[in-house]
Parts: sequence; structure tokens; C-alpha cells
Amino acid sequence: MEYKLTYNKYTEALKEGKFLGLKCNQCGAYTVPPKKVCMECSSEDMEVVELSGKGKLQTFTVLRVPPEGFEAPYIVAMVETKEGPWVTGNLVGVDPDKATMNLMGREVKVGAKAVPGDKFSGGDMMALTFSLVG
Amino acid sequence: MANLREVAVVGIGHTKFGNLDKTNIELFSEAAMDAINESNLKPKDIQALYFGNVLGTHEEGQLGMAAFAAADIGIPYIPTTRIEGICASATVAIREAFIWVASGFYDIVLAGGTEKATVMGTSYATRTFMMGSDSRYECPAGITFPGVFAMMTYLYSKKYGIPLDVLKDQMHAVPIKNHANGKLNPKAHLQSSIRDIMEKQKAKAKEKGKPVPTWNNEMDFLHDLSANMMVAEPLQLYDCCPFSDGAAALVIVPLEIAKKLTDKPVIIAGVGQCSAGPIHNQKDISRVISREFSAKQAYDMAGLTPQDIDVCELHDCFSIAEIVATEGLGFFDFGKGAEAVAKGETKIGGKIAINPSGGLKSKGHPIGATGASQAYEIAKQLRGECGPRQVEGAKVGMTDTLGGDLCTVANIIFKRGW
Repeated sequence: MEYKLTYNKYTEALKEGKFLGLKCNQCGAYTVPPKKVCMECSSEDMEVVELSGKGKLQTFTVLRVPPEGFEAPYIVAMVETKEGPWVTGNLVGVDPDKATMNLMGREVKVGAKAVPGDKFSGGDMMALTFSLVG
Repeated sequence: MANLREVAVVGIGHTKFGNLDKTNIELFSEAAMDAINESNLKPKDIQALYFGNVLGTHEEGQLGMAAFAAADIGIPYIPTTRIEGICASATVAIREAFIWVASGFYDIVLAGGTEKATVMGTSYATRTFMMGSDSRYECPAGITFPGVFAMMTYLYSKKYGIPLDVLKDQMHAVPIKNHANGKLNPKAHLQSSIRDIMEKQKAKAKEKGKPVPTWNNEMDFLHDLSANMMVAEPLQLYDCCPFSDGAAALVIVPLEIAKKLTDKPVIIAGVGQCSAGPIHNQKDISRVISREFSAKQAYDMAGLTPQDIDVCELHDCFSIAEIVATEGLGFFDFGKGAEAVAKGETKIGGKIAINPSGGLKSKGHPIGATGASQAYEIAKQLRGECGPRQVEGAKVGMTDTLGGDLCTVANIIFKRGW
């Protein structure tokens, strides 16, 4: 069966402001970032859906020593989406010098930004972004 | 499980770790020939090579390195297989060698690994190491390995209700212990205690006529952001292992052959290996599920429990990584590993000796070789050859090697075969 939500389709949607995922028709679980089968029950019977973009920040770090191609400081975070899956991206709109553990548990809104590719990345990339809500 | 033969390590080799002026293959050949010579064998006796190397393409522009490595030791016409399991590569290679010998397919196999990471420099090395994270769905955010373990640290602090400043002081006990051990290891990359490093920096300041820092002890030094820079909050420089060059290798044979070659065959009593998806799928990374499955396989196969392990070389790529590993391997309860290292329970002579070699932190972490280096140390410990860092009476030892952002873990349990 054809790959339902490819990296290309997923990132093209992010460029249009849509955060897509997969909903399993067998067990109801959501999968994002996309996979061939449902993350919970391994069924291929999934449909592409637009996710709420709501989530809760679970953990983060302020990167001070970046890899080639990135400029520090910046915040990387893991967010638990309202639909269940966790995703990794950049917390934006927060001064990295003022980031503390109080961020953990805060509500966020998921967005995306373009990231220029390098000679290893196979083209330009899209990173998820998280903005604090409230 | 099928009927497997008993398998043992008969010879081991290990280069100095550090910033070295030899090629990947030159390093591997030194370790390999030491292992073969110690086995009382010749290169032509080797039937297959399982070879760990991760970033040879980026370090030297080299693919197919396993083939060239075999040729360098005079055995070009054997099957060679390069194993890439990120930082766990060499342990995965040893496990492969074990399986092929235990199954009866081969009798005499060489396994090990090599790496030459320092040639890349910090910025490029950080980019290439990042290739061990999910390139499509995580790397665009600029995640790094220190970043992954930094996120683990915050989760650990919150989950177990250990205030960050308390946890960080407990974490500082990891490099203090591992550097103290590594000072006693002539093969170590950073063969100095934290106190040595501190005193050296004071002396350097004095010599240059600069203000001499007022650190009274290692904790003062480690608390000082000018001495111990922030890498990925809350992890600082001394929470992180270095980029290193080096190689290690072992010869693996059936126990019945081993007994003819050496008085002290080191039996591979159990092996385990498990993968995991990207960290977003693993979710709460304060526990490493791949390790829990892998270790259980190794314990079950060996018929042993964590209480039976006298000495363990485990994957302390970051201070928090050692703490979490001591829990995942069953040496301490979940949430208690940080307190245990701070209390000295993992020192040589403590409840269980963890990383007597100095670990990745002090001995160094040439990623393609690390698992073989850990196996080397355990073999030396069981044979009683470790001098001042000897764990007295060690009979059973374990290695633990972790790849990428927790996506591969492999474990091996060794015991005396005499």
C-alpha cells in the first residue's frame, strides 16, 4: 500500500500552516510525525487528518554549542500534542537566557518554520515551532 | 533458543585513546594485531571480521573500511562486515561475532571498532553526530546529543522531584569519579582527575599573570560557568564525554578452542540488543526502554541478575546518561541512581564498580570503538590485570553501550572461564 503521508506531503502542508497527522481507523490513535503504520496498533488503515496544533511542553534544552549550520542559543523542546503523540521542535518567543523548568507543562501552539538545508539534508527542511499560549 | 556453543574471548587489544595522528585503519590494525597475538593465533586463522565504524566517510572519506582493515592485517580474502549502530557499533559487532561463533558457522572471528572523530573539529563533528537523530523530523530543530540528554535531565528532575541544583551536584559526582578512575588508566584520553585539571588551570592563570581562580574543591570548579561552560542547558562541559580517536578489538572463539589457546578465557555468558524509534516516539526519555529490553535478554541468557554483576562498563556519554543507565540495568531503583553515585556507591570498592576504566568521560569515546573498549576493560578486570584500578575479585562483568538518541542499546555479560 502506498505511503499515505510522506515527508514531502507533511512538510508541504506545514508550509501552508497545516499540521497534519494520521488517525487510525482501527484503534483511533493518532500518529505524528507520519509513519507507514499506526504507532499504537501497527494498522495501515489510517487517514490523513489536520491536528489541533495544541499541546503541552514536556521538556526542553537551551542549546549553547550548536552543530555547523545553526546559531546558538536556541531552545529545543518536546511537546505532547493534544492528540497524544510527542513531537520535537523549537520553542520560539521565549528568551533562551530566561528559560527555566517553569516552562515544563505550559500549553503551546504548534507552528512551523523553514530551515535552510545543508549538503547532507537533501534540501531545505521544516522545523516545528512551539509558542506559549496564555 | 537454538543450541548454542559456549563462546569466549581469547585475546584483546586496545590503542591509546585521544587525539591521535594515525588513520582509522592504522588504529584498528594495532588493536587487532595485539588481540590476535595475545590469542596465540595468526591473522590467517581469522575467518571473519565484524567491524564497528560510524563516521569514516566524514573523517577520511572512506567507505568499505572493513575490507581495507582486513587487508591491512594480511587477510584480504575473508568476509568482512561493517557494523553501524551509532555509538553502540562495536558492541553490536561483538554480539554479531558471538552469534556466528555460538551457532557454529565460524570458529575464529575478530570483532572490534575504530574511530577518528577529532579530525572533524567540534562544529562539524556535532553536525555529523547529529545524523544519529531523526534527520527528517528532529534535526531541523537543531537537536544535538547533549541536547537530548539535557532534555532527559529536566524530565528526571521533575519526575523524581529532585530539585535541579541538587540533581546537578549529584551529577557532578559522575565526572569526578570517572576522571579519578581514568587517571589510573594509561590508555585514557583525559588521564587526569578533575582536581588535576583544576590545579593545572590555576597554575596556568598564575603563569600568565591573570587572576588565579579561587576554587577550593572540584565542586567549586564544576559550578563555575567560566571553567565549566554551558553546552546544552542544564548540561555543562564536564557533563559531556570528549570526541576521541582510538580502536579496540577482540578475538572470539568457541570455549573448547579457547581452553587450548589461553589459561584465562573470558566467557560471553549473555548478550542483548534492542532498538527504539526516534525520541518523540519514546516520549518520557528519563527511562531508556531499549536498554531495559536489551539488558533483560543478556541477564536471562546468562541466568544472572543485576546483583551478580561485580563490575560494569556503561555508556556515560553524559553524566545523566550514567545515572539513568545504572537504573535501567537494575543496579539501583528508578530515581535513585543520582543519589547512589553521589554517595560513592559506584566507585571501585563500592556496591558496584561502574566505569573503572574512566568511562567514556575520561577514557574517551571513539564512537565506533567504544563497545570493544568496554569489553577490553571487563576482560582485563576479570583476568585481574588492572593494577591500581582493579576491582578486587571481579568474576562477572557487564558492558552497556548506547547508540544515538537511545535508539540502539546492546549489552554483554562476561564471566571467568577458569
